[in-house]
Amino acid sequence: MQKDIRRLSLILLFTPFALWIVLLIILPHIGMVILSLREKVAPRVYEYGLANYIDFINEPIYWNTLLRTGMMSLLVTTLALLIGFPIAYYIAKIAGNRTRGALFLLCLIPLWVSDLIRAFGWILLLRETGVVSSTLVWAGIINQPIEFLYNDVTVVVGLVYTVILFMIVPLVSTLDGMDNSMIEAGYNLGGNGPTVLRRIIIPYAMPGIVAGCIVVFMLTAGSYLTPILLGGKNSSWFTEQIYDQFITRYNWESGAAFGFLLLAFTSIVVWLGLKLSGQTLSTTVAKS
Amino acid sequence: MSGAPSFPVNCVAQHMETTAEYDLECISVSKKFGTVQAVDDVSLTIPKGSFFSILGPSGCGKTTLMRMIAGFEHPNSGDIRIKGKSVVNTPPNKRNVKMVFQHLALFPMMNVFENIAYGLRCGGVPASEIETRVKDVLERIALPDVANREIHQLSGGQKQRIAIARCMVLKPDVLLLDEPLGALDLKLREAMKIELKLLQHQFETTFLYITHDQSEALVMSDNVAVMNSGKFEQIGTPQNLYHDPATAFVAGFVGDTNRWAGKATSSNGSVIKLETDTGRQVSGAARGTGKISQGDKVTAFVRPEHITAEKLDKKSRAQTAAAKNVISGTVESLLFNGANSRVLVRDQSGDLVEAEVVLTGGSQDMKPGDDVTLNWAAQQTMCFVT
Repeated sequence: MQKDIRRLSLILLFTPFALWIVLLIILPHIGMVILSLREKVAPRVYEYGLANYIDFINEPIYWNTLLRTGMMSLLVTTLALLIGFPIAYYIAKIAGNRTRGALFLLCLIPLWVSDLIRAFGWILLLRETGVVSSTLVWAGIINQPIEFLYNDVTVVVGLVYTVILFMIVPLVSTLDGMDNSMIEAGYNLGGNGPTVLRRIIIPYAMPGIVAGCIVVFMLTAGSYLTPILLGGKNSSWFTEQIYDQFITRYNWESGAAFGFLLLAFTSIVVWLGLKLSGQTLSTTVAKS
Repeated sequence: MSGAPSFPVNCVAQHMETTAEYDLECISVSKKFGTVQAVDDVSLTIPKGSFFSILGPSGCGKTTLMRMIAGFEHPNSGDIRIKGKSVVNTPPNKRNVKMVFQHLALFPMMNVFENIAYGLRCGGVPASEIETRVKDVLERIALPDVANREIHQLSGGQKQRIAIARCMVLKPDVLLLDEPLGALDLKLREAMKIELKLLQHQFETTFLYITHDQSEALVMSDNVAVMNSGKFEQIGTPQNLYHDPATAFVAGFVGDTNRWAGKATSSNGSVIKLETDTGRQVSGAARGTGKISQGDKVTAFVRPEHITAEKLDKKSRAQTAAAKNVISGTVESLLFNGANSRVLVRDQSGDLVEAEVVLTGGSQDMKPGDDVTLNWAAQQTMCFVT
């Protein structure tokens, strides 16, 4: 009896999860793989083959875009880590108990506004007739209004701003678990600031760093709105290619292949990152 | 602080001349957090190679004092000297004082070898020397084979010893220990007390040990300072503190005592008679520095082992001398603890008095409900003006 109840509750709890995994993750991806392996030989006539993937390799603009997206995403991840780490350290270790909550909340507030509105916020600031440009003209620093939008720097800045929270949260939670006396012991035994940071704080925070980097990298490489709105047509983001294939060209087969390539590419980068940092998924993402 | 001449600690002039003999000196150190005076004008000197404890209840300022010595807090006034040199303006990583933290603070991401080697690497010791020094220190703490273990694979006692080894490998002038035994279970704690004392002898280094556990302080230390609300109440050997407490706080905090509040009814300076608040007449001796005169409010302390409990039917009243306090009562309960067994006796005025008894397991042993007399010498009633 007791056993049956336990089994029933397990099944009930497990069902939504299983449905989600099967219906929203596994099935669409199987569909994508099948779709990507089809090629159109004539109207409504399809053959199975690797033509879509071969197209990708033969057309430099495709894989250049993918590589560019990867490099930019790595840059965004690095910047988010460099900016996010001091913030997380301040929140977890330096701020008092009461300020800690307030600071954390302040970091969360931008999330209440949708991605789209936040991107428009940047546009208002940075466009030719925007706040920054007008202020600089008014102050006499520049003669003519400048267009700050539609370049890589803006895209990177906008992306860092969008994703940095996902870096800060896991970092705060790992650093929070670190006993302050560990840092003090680091100094007490003769280490100076850089030594303590390099040999104690960073190794201790490594699971949080890796978890944050994975999440941020995946989010950035798969983001669509920010690069399009802030980078315009020049942004050449790979998600834009996928969107083009699906919607503009109505070439679902090629779009599916591109989608699968993006997944494979980001997975390989994450795997490489884990290998290089000597971490595993179970010690990082699963932990924080 | 009384300033009694038996504590060399207070004579600043004296240790100015002989400064090199002391590994650690604190001179009138004070520290304030906001409006709270955490450490208030504390002075101490620790001779080379001795085991010194600071004993006090939690929140008395002992941890703050230790953190100032380690350099994590800056004193508002006063001076801290290590081997005669002031270190007040030296950053913590440049002071040759190492610290064993309350929860040890071993680095979980390094193995045992790296934990011990950390300090040596920070000091730029060449790799070959690091190897031999780590091996050497592991042998001295009798754990020669653990170098490649991870921290989480060690037992509580092993972690303790690694934390000490990590400090000792750097040959510190003073080793600070901040209640490191607090997290251990009782049996291990008893064993570690003895081990710490032995390690201190072996390394011949000055240990400054902080604790709220009086038995740790009494068992291990050469000298103990009893601290209360930011000040030292008394500094002395463990025997000294136990048998000759300077203040009521020390008498109550160090060792177990019966404690009565009352009023002096007569006094000739040293021997006094007092009446407790519950109306019992007790004769006692004035301790500490404050003189007791007639009418003063007094707190009296008697240690259980100084009270002799005898069954009434034994007819041994004859030996009750005039100087002795005698009261009669009924055994309320037995507190059996092997050789340290006690009885709780309810006397006629309604107080509970704790006395030590010998319980042999025979039929002559006291039982709850027995009528008994309790007697003790006036000299054993330690009285302080309150």
